[in-house]
Parts: sequence; C-alpha cells; structure tokens
Amino acid sequence: MEMATVRHRPEALELLEAQSKFTKKELQILYRGFKNPGYLSFSHECPSGVVNEETFKEIYSQFFPQGDSTTYAHFLFNAFDTDHNGSVSFEDFVMGLSILLRGTVQEKLNWAFNLYDINKDGYITKEEMLDIMKAIYDMMGKCTYPVLKEDAPRQHVETFFQKMDKNKDGVVTIDEFIESCQKDENIMRSMQLFENVI
Amino acid sequence: MAAGVAAWLPFARAAAIGWMPVANCPMPLAPAEKNKRQDELIILNVSGRRFQTWRTTLERYPDTLLGSTEKEFFFNEDTKEYFFDRDPEVFRCILNFYRTGKLHYPRYECISAYDEELAFYGILPEIIGDCCYEEYKDRKRENAERLMDDNDSENNQEGSMPSLSFRQTMWRAFENPHTSTLALVFYYVTGFFIAVSVITNVVETVPCGTVPGSKELPCGERYAVAFFCLDTACVMIFTVEYLLRLFAAPSRYRFIRSVMSIIDVVAIMPYYIGLVMTNNEDVSGAFVTLRVFRVFRIFKFSRHSQGLRILGYTLKSCASELGFLLFSLTMAIIIFATVMFYAEKGSSASKFTSIPASFWYTIVTMTTLGYGDMVPKTIAGKIFGSICSLSGVLVIALPVPVIVSNFSRIYHQNQRADKRRAQKKARLARIRVAKTGSSNAYLHSKRNGLLNEALELTGSTEEEQHMTKGTSLIESQHHHLLHCLEKTTNHEFIDEQLFEQNCMESSMQNYPSSRSPSLSSHAGLSTSCCSRRHKKSSHLPNSSVPATRLRSMQELSTIHIQCSEQPSLTTSRSSLNMKSDDGLRPNCKAAQITTAIISIPTPPALTPEGESRPGPGSPGPAALPSSANIVKVSAL
Repeated sequence: MEMATVRHRPEALELLEAQSKFTKKELQILYRGFKNPGYLSFSHECPSGVVNEETFKEIYSQFFPQGDSTTYAHFLFNAFDTDHNGSVSFEDFVMGLSILLRGTVQEKLNWAFNLYDINKDGYITKEEMLDIMKAIYDMMGKCTYPVLKEDAPRQHVETFFQKMDKNKDGVVTIDEFIESCQKDENIMRSMQLFENVI
Repeated sequence: MAAGVAAWLPFARAAAIGWMPVANCPMPLAPAEKNKRQDELIILNVSGRRFQTWRTTLERYPDTLLGSTEKEFFFNEDTKEYFFDRDPEVFRCILNFYRTGKLHYPRYECISAYDEELAFYGILPEIIGDCCYEEYKDRKRENAERLMDDNDSENNQEGSMPSLSFRQTMWRAFENPHTSTLALVFYYVTGFFIAVSVITNVVETVPCGTVPGSKELPCGERYAVAFFCLDTACVMIFTVEYLLRLFAAPSRYRFIRSVMSIIDVVAIMPYYIGLVMTNNEDVSGAFVTLRVFRVFRIFKFSRHSQGLRILGYTLKSCASELGFLLFSLTMAIIIFATVMFYAEKGSSASKFTSIPASFWYTIVTMTTLGYGDMVPKTIAGKIFGSICSLSGVLVIALPVPVIVSNFSRIYHQNQRADKRRAQKKARLARIRVAKTGSSNAYLHSKRNGLLNEALELTGSTEEEQHMTKGTSLIESQHHHLLHCLEKTTNHEFIDEQLFEQNCMESSMQNYPSSRSPSLSSHAGLSTSCCSRRHKKSSHLPNSSVPATRLRSMQELSTIHIQCSEQPSLTTSRSSLNMKSDDGLRPNCKAAQITTAIISIPTPPALTPEGESRPGPGSPGPAALPSSANIVKVSAL
C-alpha cells in the first residue's frame, strides 16, 4: 500500500461545522492537532489526513505509561472508525468528539454502549464486557495498590451486570443500559465531567 | 507522557467517557482551567529574525524554555514580542522541533554551539531524531576526544599528575612508554634484547667455518659458551620483565590469561626446561624441539608495534572468511588429488603412490608453484593436471580480494556496530528514565494533590494557588485522566518499590490459606470505596485509642503516601488520626468530614511481616516497616 501517495482531505470546514457541534475555531484547533500527532517514539508511516490503528495505539499509550493500553485503544479505534475502513479520518474524529464532548447524555450513553458492544449486534454479553474490562485493567499495569488479582475484571463485570441487566437474561440491551445509567447519579454526574475539554 | 502528543490529550480525556458507566465510584473533579486563553499567534524575535507560531505549539513541551512561563522573562512590552539574543539558524531547528516533534541536527553546525543552544532552550539532546542522532553522537565523541587529547598533552607538558601508587605508575609505564624516560628506556632495552635473542637463534645455526680435525660446525656449537651466555642474559631480562609486569598488573588473573603473557611464558620456558633436564640422549631430541619455541620471542615485538596488533585483531575478526577459504581449498584439493591418483594409476613408476601423496602435487599445482618433483606422465593425468592448475588460479585468486575487502569492511563495521550498540543502550536507558519520570510525576503530584485538596477544604485560597502553580494545565489534566482510571478500576498506581514491598509483605504471611478466602471476600468490600453506603460508622475519639493497641482497629481504603520529606514518621495511632484530618479526599463534594474507622479485617497485603497472630482481628497495619516511611491516611 503506497502510504506516501494516499492523501485524504477532510470535508469543507463549513460542512463539518454544520454537522458537528464545534465552532470553526475549535475545528481549526482540532485539525492542527490531528494532522500532526507530534513526537512518537518510532515514526509510523501515516498517510496524511487519516490515522491508522498503529498510530492510534501509540498515541494513546503515551498517556498511560505504566500499563498496556493497546487493547483498549483497539476498542476505541473501532468505536471511532464508524465506517470500518481501518483508518480514522478527520470527519470520524470530529463526529466522535462532538458526541463525547457536546452531545446529550443520551448520545453519550449510546456511544459508550457502542464501545462495549464489540461485535455491534445490539447486545452486550458478559464475554464482551469481560474483554473491555480486561483492557481497562491492563491500562493500570502491574504496580497497583491493592495488588491486581486475576479475577478483578471478572468481579467487576459481575457487578456491572447485576446493576445493568434488569431482566437477568445474561445480556444488556441498549434500553436496559440507558435506563440503568440514568438511574445512577454518579454516572450521570461523571458524564458531564469533560464538558469543557476543548 | 511525551509532551508532544499533548495535542491529543483532549481526545484521550473525551474517550474516558467510555469508563464512566463501568465505574462504581464517583469520579474526581476535573482541574479548572483558570484564565483560558484563545489560541494566539506569538512572535519570537531571534536576533532580528522574526518567527511566528501558535502559542499551543510551544506549549506542547512544557518543560522547555519556550513552553513554560520562563519565556515571559524575554517578553518585550513595547513591541509585544519575545526577543532572544541568540543564533537564528539554530533557532530554526529548535522551532521545528516544537512543530514536528523531531529535533534535527544540521551538519554544518558546530557541535558545541548547538549544544549550548539546546541547553539554553532547555531541550535534552537525547530527543534528537533517529535520522540525525548518529551523526550528532559521532561529532560529540570526536569533540570530546579532541578535548581529552588537548587535556592530556597539557598534563604531560605540565608534568603535574595525580599521585598514583607505585604499582599503578609501573603499569602505566609498561603500557605507555611515553609517560616517562624510565619507561622509554625500559621499552628500548627490552626491544633490543628481543632482537638480540632472535638474531642469536638465527645465527646459532649458521655454519661457522671448520675447526681443523672435525667437520663443519654451526656457530652454536663452536661458540657454545658465548651463545649460552647471551641466551641466559636475554632470558634473565625477559623473566624480570615478566615478573615486573605480573606485579604491576591491576588484575593478575586477567594478565595471566592474556595473549601477550602467554607468549612471554612460552618464550622463556624452553630455557628453564633445558636447565632442568639432563643431557642424556633420550630427551635431547625433545629438548631440541623445545628450542623451536624460542622463535616465539619474535612475537614479543607486537607490544612494540601497533600494526602487528591490528593485524592480529583483523585476522581474528576475519576468521570465518579464512576458514571458508580453507574449506573450499581442501575440497578442491581432495577432488583433484583423487582424480590425479586414478589417472596416474596405470603409469609405471608413478610418484602418485596414494591419494595423500597426490595432495602434495595438487597443492603445488593449484598455488601455481610447480616444483616439478611430481609430474603426471599419462595423457589423462596431464589433461587433469592442466585443469587443476587452471582452476587453482581461480580458486586462489578469487577469494583473496574478497577477503581483503572483507578485512577493511568488517573492521570498520565492527567499530561502527559497537558504537551503535553502546549508543542504543544508553538511549533506551534514558528513554526509560523519562518514562518512569512521567509516571513518577503523577505519583508525586498525587501526593501534592492531597495536600492541595486539604487546603482547599480549609479555605486557604492563596496557598492553594501557590501549590498549583507548579504543574501546568496540561499536566494537571493528564493527572486527572489517570485519576479517573484509578477510580474506574478501584486500584491505584504506585511506584515499583512500593509494589515490591507489598509483594514481599504479602508473601511473608504465615496465615493458613483457608483464611484467605474469607479475607478476600472482606477485602472485596473493604477496598471498595463505595462501601460508605454500607458503613457501620463508629466514630471513635482519638484519645481513647492508645498508641499501642492497634490490633482491633482497621482502616478502610487506606491510601499509601510516600512522604519522603518526613523521615521519622511514627506509626502511632494518634499521629495517624491527626494526619487523617488533613488528608481528606473530598470526593463528590462530600460534606462528610468525619473520621470513620471501621473494623473490617484488612487484606493480607496490609499486614506486616512476621506477625503470626491468628484470628480475624489481624494485626493492625500500623506496624509498618519503618524503613518505608509510609503514612497511612484513612480516607472517606
């Protein structure tokens, strides 16, 4: 694949402004950061204009030096790459961020559900949740207090399912998820945490 | 965190929303962005040349001059620009570093000027990109060597050297004859005697004219006494030299094993063995053989000649090529010898009596020597003989230039490979240090953050601002992100040594394993910070708990804080309780500031080593190893 010749230009600024909830200035700032990921420890051949999974993983791992964030970055990548073409373009990036930062609580919860539902079939099974949980715990690394036990993710998944799975059928649907989250004030409050990130 | 990807921090924070539904605990507050400015272009005036860039570009690397508030020192109010009285050429590279994240080293630039500029702008040279790093390191090393040479020659001229021990001066004198006149004298004397010894060995065998009445004698037997004296003198000198070197060597064992000392020993051994052995007929044959070893004295010259040493080293490094040449020659010799033997088998009175006998013919022919002592007589033999000599030219001539060029290539390559390996190790070590630095920064700021929030609670705003001035906004946002992750998983980041200690503590427990399931189930409760919902809070006044009676009291979700500034922290309960008032963590803007101490058995990791008390009232965690200087603060 000739990396050097593939160039991807994003849509026009006005179009993106209309589609997302960012202003022009914010989009400019976002694009500058997107197009130039900055210093990576080994240079990836990244076709300009899109971010591939390797670069994505590497960027994300810069923020979590103690653990291994590649698995979680993989799930994140799939959540951002809405058209599943193997790369995250600037439009995908902006749409994802628009939901996360400026969306309604409903939209955010939808996004989170989409992240957990690995095979995108509309149901979160225990196995999927366990994968996600393990990925999150991997990011903590080894040196934690208290010491990470082997079954910590599994226990956490059990807690999660107890809370979310209303009809106890072993899967969590989108409605159960949204309903349970809306009842939990902690979750509701933490959803507003990153309002003013840009 | 490599500050270069600070541009992606907002994305990482937004993605943290993915953890929220999973977390059981409330999240910490996000750091407030005080006076958030819109991104603006700033002008950097470097000796008259104006550069412009976004403010956020420079803030990508907050620990450099341009990225931190240090640049305000250079702000010119009248012209509203930052003025630097430095080299604009090098500044171009530095500004490109902020823009692209890669620092390049321009080849035309002087290495020390470049280093000075980097030091001024607070940029570590280690982050020079791979494309330019090798060049940079090479130039730096050359520079350092040149400086060292200058220093050395200065020292030699001045003659002022640090006082070494007698042994060390001797060793230096042996290794480098130019250090003192005595060393030089010694060097020349030993060289002279080596030459004398070698010449003696050679002349010994020359026929020296006849004594009337007997046949021609070699000089060695005619002037036996003179030669013996010469030999004795040389061997004495060599022995003394060897013993002196042995005495002066910093590592005697290594010296004995080194090649040069083995040569020394081999050179003088025959003489001593000759002294010991008697002059009877049986062993004189062996004795004569031993004298052959005297010729090894010529190798002692390699101490005197740098070139010989280099030759030896290159031969060693090209051993595989030489081995291959030898192998292919052997193959060809065997093939041709066999062919010649069978070709000449028919001829009468043939010299090719066996295949090994034909080896000699093949070797002489293939190396184009052609002595003529063995020649084929049959036609087939002559045909194969000519094929043999033609192929000999090819087989010998072709690999030799390859080997010669291999010599130089391998020699230079070895040098470069060693260089690169050493550089790579050093680089990786530095990168690793930087990485642990970033995680240490988080742990460090956690500790500070506790004190911050405590101060926040007590309402002293000035001190709070004073504290938060230390970390930049990006750092505090990054730490908030890591904090959210901790809350999601109910585990905390600690550094390596604490982790090792905890592992050691838990592994030294002599609790029966049957107890651990019950403990772990309790542990599940106790480590969850949300158990305040189920708390059976019993507020205990501080005074009623004597310092030593720690057994029944346990702490709930304690936080280990490494207080390096407070070395001798007592683990008494009262002091812990006092600390707990200070280090409150007001999660969820909680108004509950009571100190709730709940008796739940702690997880095994908290219990100290050596305690073997059974029962659910396991020994309190307060008897911490005092060397760790850990303060436990009870949290709500």
